[in-house]
Amino acid sequence: MDIGSLKFLFYGYSAAWIVITAFVLLLVSRGQKIDRELTRLKSLVEDKER
Amino acid sequence: MLRAKAIWILGLLGALVMIFNLHAVFMNLPDDALQGGVYRIIFIHVPAALNADIFYTIALVTSVLFLAKKDFIYDSISVACIEVATMLVLVNLVTGSIWGKSQWGIWWAWDLRMTTQLMCFLLYLGYLVVRPAIAEPTQRATMSAFISIFAYADIPLVFMAIRLPNVRTQHPSAVLETGQMARVYWTSFGVGVLALLLIASALVLVRLHQETSQREIDSLRRELHAL
Repeated sequence: MDIGSLKFLFYGYSAAWIVITAFVLLLVSRGQKIDRELTRLKSLVEDKER
Repeated sequence: MLRAKAIWILGLLGALVMIFNLHAVFMNLPDDALQGGVYRIIFIHVPAALNADIFYTIALVTSVLFLAKKDFIYDSISVACIEVATMLVLVNLVTGSIWGKSQWGIWWAWDLRMTTQLMCFLLYLGYLVVRPAIAEPTQRATMSAFISIFAYADIPLVFMAIRLPNVRTQHPSAVLETGQMARVYWTSFGVGVLALLLIASALVLVRLHQETSQREIDSLRRELHAL
């Protein structure tokens, strides 16, 4: 495999995995935010009902 | 619980199949006579596009179903599929651009295939940007369904862009169906599609779960407001 070709192959796969990893991290961070908000609202509703 | 299990199984299975396939692609497959080793980008570039089309098609069906039945589960499936598919189109565009630079010496050419694929990305990005701007849930879901159906009109254009007669494109021709791709590459190509399908399905399920939780949040807020 020649070096020039290898360089672009590396760029290509790196870029693909950066996009996928960034998306996964975005999902994880959004999921944590949603879970926190859900717990907060559930406890607020319970407090108000008491 | 069942959904969490499905997410883990799909994700792990997808990751394992992907690792196995990448090993085969990098260690076992021979270099291409004309391109050298860089042709291996197609094992992520094309599966990303094919899987994006699969999820956009599911989103089209669920958008139509939402308009027909007004059941919010269809809206949730649509947005989950579109978000993951748009990420896959971005992978497709970026890897294609890098491959283009290595082969043509330029990052981008405004030919029919590449332009329609960029349009596809921008149309669905528009869906994802417009959606949160509409506060009322039914109106948001209805508008989203219409945008999803409208945006899907671009998919046949992308497909046909390299198949139309008398249209010359910078993008390679449809090698998958013309027999120009050697048999030795087919297994890795098929496994690459499967691996990305498994990973993308896990991500769609995660996103779907978030959308369900978001609806629960909206309903709790309304309940709190009423109390």
